[in-house]
Amino acid sequence: MNEIVASTVSRAEVEDLFYHEADLLDSWKLDEWLKLLTDDATYYVPPNDKPDADARYTLFTIADDIVRLRERVIRLKDPNCHAEFPLSRTRRMIGNVRITGVDGDVISVAANFIIHRYRHNDLLRVFVGQYRHKLKRQGGLLKIAERRAILDAEELGLLGSVSFIL
Amino acid sequence: MNYMPSGTEFPSGKEFVVEDPKAQTFFVNREVFVSEDVSEREKRAIFDRSWIYVGHASELKNPGDFKTRPVAGRPIIFCRDREGQVRALINSCRHRGALVCREREGNARQFYCMYHGWTYHPDGRLKSVPGDDAYGGSFMKDEMGLVPVARLEQYRDFYFANFDRNAVDLSTYLGKAKDYIDIVIDQSPSGKMQIISGTQEYDIRANWKLLVENSVDDYHLISTHSTWLNYMRNSGVNVTPPKGELLPTRGFGRDLGNGHLTTDNPNYRGRPVARWISVYGEEAKADIDALRNELVQRLGSARAARVADTNRNLAIFPNLVINDGSSVTVRHFYPVAPDRMHVTAWALGPVEETEAQRARRLHAFLTFYGPGGFATPDDVAALEAAQLGFAAWREVPWSDLSRGMGKAPDEQLATDEGHLRVFWRKWHELMEARV
Repeated sequence: MNEIVASTVSRAEVEDLFYHEADLLDSWKLDEWLKLLTDDATYYVPPNDKPDADARYTLFTIADDIVRLRERVIRLKDPNCHAEFPLSRTRRMIGNVRITGVDGDVISVAANFIIHRYRHNDLLRVFVGQYRHKLKRQGGLLKIAERRAILDAEELGLLGSVSFIL
Repeated sequence: MNYMPSGTEFPSGKEFVVEDPKAQTFFVNREVFVSEDVSEREKRAIFDRSWIYVGHASELKNPGDFKTRPVAGRPIIFCRDREGQVRALINSCRHRGALVCREREGNARQFYCMYHGWTYHPDGRLKSVPGDDAYGGSFMKDEMGLVPVARLEQYRDFYFANFDRNAVDLSTYLGKAKDYIDIVIDQSPSGKMQIISGTQEYDIRANWKLLVENSVDDYHLISTHSTWLNYMRNSGVNVTPPKGELLPTRGFGRDLGNGHLTTDNPNYRGRPVARWISVYGEEAKADIDALRNELVQRLGSARAARVADTNRNLAIFPNLVINDGSSVTVRHFYPVAPDRMHVTAWALGPVEETEAQRARRLHAFLTFYGPGGFATPDDVAALEAAQLGFAAWREVPWSDLSRGMGKAPDEQLATDEGHLRVFWRKWHELMEARV
């Protein structure tokens, strides 16, 4: 880690953000969760066969700009979002948190995740992968500008849909 | 007389599909969604005799390129040999059966069996056998290549395999479905479409036939996809059905013969080629206009309108669906078990799209389609809910596909079930033929 990064952000602060975010998502407090994002935030889930691809040229599983991400939250809160009604219960474990770089005001971070997802009438589904986020400091707060959840599974297979926020 | 047969009685012998034109009823017995026996019979009667989608020529750009994927339950290498010919080889060593290619995709100079070291050329010919002097004089190296599928044919770069050597040719099989494939391809100035990088592969815990129905069934749109409609509405797209209508526009369900079917709908949801909606942003307007002008110049205004102002969800019997709606998807699916299917889906686009056009197409795709889209996960939920309900198939044995039974073929709406019945009649015919 270079000195600029060290002076900009500590790993403990990044961990606090990850853990707070995980709690909000597991609690389905999605409006509060949106407040952790910048006003131009993006959210990506790359396709399982092209985990390092660019969403401009490659079909992703999810590639939301902030407009669609806000719409996604509206949808998830609607009882007519049948894929998440009744809501699934998720529990995410986040570890191996690292600050991987800094470029101007953009702080790149990585972390591993395991998300257990339980749902009525359904099997346990375990989503394992890596977060690669870009953070920015706004008004003293660390916010998420780009959110990338890369799944390790070779294909979605029995994971089925990615209907909740990874 | 009751509207629907009750209990497990079969009104005309043990037939899974029961049609009564006079009563205007059409029922499918739910045993077909749960039975291991039916599932095994389908493999022989349907998947071993129909043309099954393998892949698209654009997936194999260079000699030696390969993709491995299951086709009708067989492990297949879909590849382009050194001379440029596209092939579909059974991925099983002639010696003792191991896969000779265990990667998803790549470029191969040869296929190498890691078990005993037999190697094969990309065209399937056997290249070398370690210690081949141990075989007797009857060992014919030139007859021991990888086995190709019995038949491999293509229509406009869509490759299909048939495991029945005596099947009709692909062109005859596709019949009128070719006209609808042509409409999709007419989006491209050069008539060349490509599969875009990035594969969506997911399982649905439901019988595969439910996805055939769901892919073309417009009756479910309002109830299953209200959150997608809200998203469109919030984005400024008019999705309010006119008074007395179920959907924003009135579309039709079409019988294309041989078990193929399609919806044929006036567009309201936008099309990357070439009908602008507010979701694309103001800055896209001029570009969409330019795409539209190119269509008119190349095809004339009537055909341009056909390409740009209509949508179609095309089902090629038995298990290929091309959805030409918010974007173009090519998706096929096969049964893993009676209550589980595996779906593979790609985006398809004109080869000459600019970076901005391609990005818009992919963005439009994800508004609706795929395991992270605003609609497909709810389709999956609906199909899985149906499959759970089928656990009571003995007590509630019949599914009802009677909508529109009293109407003439050309009056069948996309919200009727006339086009779904096309699939079921063909399914029934093939299953009965084998009994």
